[in-house]
Amino acid sequence: MTTPASSATLSATRSLSAMDLLKRYGIWLVAAAVMLVLPKLFTSGAALTTMCLMGIMIVFSLSYNMLLGQTGMLSFGHAVYYGLGGFLAVHAMNGIAGGKLPIPLPVVPLVGGVMGLVFGVIFGAVSTRRAGTVFAMISLGLGELIASLSLILRGFFGGEEGITANRTKMLTLWGVRFGPQIEVYYLIAAWCFVCVIAMYAFTRTPLGRLCNAVRDNPERAEFIGYSTQMVRFITFCIAGFFAGIAGGLAAINFELMNAINVSGGQSGTVLLMAYIGGIGHFAGPILGAILVVLLQVFLSDLTGAWMLYFGLIFIAMVVFAPGGMAGLIMLHLPLAKRGNLHRILPWYGLMAIPAVLGLAGLIALIETAHHQLVKTATEGPAMKLFGLSYASNTVLPWLLALALIAAGLGLGRVWGPKFASAFSDAAHGSK
Amino acid sequence: MTALALNDIHKSFGITPIIRGVTLDVKKGERHAIIGPNGAGKSTLFHLISGRFGVSSGQIMLHGEDITGLKPYEINRRGLSRSFQVTNIFPKMTVFENVRCAVLWHMGYRYSFWHNVRKLSGANERAEAILQQIGLADRREFPAGMLTYAEQRALEIGITIAGGAEVVMLDEPTAGMSRSETAHFVNLIRKVTEGRTLVMVEHDMGVVFDLADRISVLVYGQIIASDTPVNIRANKTVQEAYLGQALEAEH
Repeated sequence: MTTPASSATLSATRSLSAMDLLKRYGIWLVAAAVMLVLPKLFTSGAALTTMCLMGIMIVFSLSYNMLLGQTGMLSFGHAVYYGLGGFLAVHAMNGIAGGKLPIPLPVVPLVGGVMGLVFGVIFGAVSTRRAGTVFAMISLGLGELIASLSLILRGFFGGEEGITANRTKMLTLWGVRFGPQIEVYYLIAAWCFVCVIAMYAFTRTPLGRLCNAVRDNPERAEFIGYSTQMVRFITFCIAGFFAGIAGGLAAINFELMNAINVSGGQSGTVLLMAYIGGIGHFAGPILGAILVVLLQVFLSDLTGAWMLYFGLIFIAMVVFAPGGMAGLIMLHLPLAKRGNLHRILPWYGLMAIPAVLGLAGLIALIETAHHQLVKTATEGPAMKLFGLSYASNTVLPWLLALALIAAGLGLGRVWGPKFASAFSDAAHGSK
Repeated sequence: MTALALNDIHKSFGITPIIRGVTLDVKKGERHAIIGPNGAGKSTLFHLISGRFGVSSGQIMLHGEDITGLKPYEINRRGLSRSFQVTNIFPKMTVFENVRCAVLWHMGYRYSFWHNVRKLSGANERAEAILQQIGLADRREFPAGMLTYAEQRALEIGITIAGGAEVVMLDEPTAGMSRSETAHFVNLIRKVTEGRTLVMVEHDMGVVFDLADRISVLVYGQIIASDTPVNIRANKTVQEAYLGQALEAEH
């Protein structure tokens, strides 16, 4: 740990500093390099679009986790600040283009951020008076309020079709017009990078630390001089600001904002991203945003039942890995520290067998059921899965799928405890 | 000079009176113990003074300033800090972080989101010094929830004194501790409340008579005596109401 021990002499601190600096900031350099290089590795248009969406969602889900993971506020209406920020950004783009104002596109997300902040102040003043379930219910109510307003106030929200803008009609700097997606990617990447650093820095401030205190034990926080309501309120406003920036980036990326962007569905998605990634760790929501965007983009291409898989993954995470993906990774930290990771690799190989069997069975069951229930009317019972052709209305495929699931579960029951004990042995036991 | 003054405090829950007219003066720098049988209202009195509950009537003065009806954090900012009977820490945060959070407001950082806590050397040194004082320096990176019971009690006191409050209130600091732990704890309390005003609720009569300069006896929501340990021990009313049984229980 790099903690300032009061006894450490200045010279000792100096001699460490180069190594310390690399340790402290190395991860950011790597992140910046990855963001710069990614478009060179994945050059297709689809990949670029996906990465843009990831950048936006990383900002959005991190802003959400300022509430849920860091301060213990479960919000069901965070899309309000994302969506309103996005809408104002769209209007700002149109206004700037119409009035030929000398404002370049890269500052537009800031407009979204300010909008998110303003509404964070207004709604936060109401909702952060209370914590826990009451806060959650108020956030849900406010979310529904804005979602229904979005269909009524057609001037601002554009009704069902939404509001469009053209990002290329802005002041051009250094010949960059943000027509091609790659230019937008770098704009989003730059904003994402800055926002991630800013939100990480927030966790290292007195207020950021008090957020954790309020999450852990709000009562005690009041007895060390802090108004928990004020801690929640300020944090809520800041979270709204970053959500608004994410919305502004979305407005630039899609050149379109519609009612879906402020809806409860969007609020639910950001909760899923943060939770699947892991709310207990700063990087969790980043992982979650990446995974969920990948699922949304690629799973929806592969199967019509993708929402079901999405839900199952969420349930599996909540039940079996409440720490999310970040939590799963952190589980391996004690092993890595003791140099024992290689000891459980064979076990992962072994456990892959029941996992693959069970998953194959589950997928076969879902796909066959999906085909039988949704597609037989138009396409007939004939279907293809895993390279096999069969009819969804025959018994054999169903039995096979169930048998696979049973085999996976059975083997998992037999090997699971042995795996678990091998794991804890590698993590805590004797060498 | 009076540090803490209670003037005819009443508190009822519904129609049930719990505190029935308590008047009490705690002098600056004094160690004042409040004793009494179970259900006498000692903890309630603590909650009233620290702002957790509001009084039904009466007035509470801290250093001559009226603090009746203020929020707990407002009272804390004015220099009164308290511990809890049931350990009340931040379980998922590290021991060091627990103490540092308790330091921040009083060092003037308030709700700052523009300072890096790593660079607040004043706050870090103070938190470090507190850890040394309460003997948890080698536990600094442990999650507080993983400490032993006695260590958590020590942390509870560390959090309470970290802000530098002039008036420190400890609610049964040695509850649930073994004899040797209690002896160690009495020393700790003596050390960390040096130069401050201490108000404490305590059931262990050994601790009370060892530490306190003055003792108030609370019985059924009223103070029946408030005097030096020697006089309290000799007081007939107190012996009848409480002390006789309590001292017997000790032996």
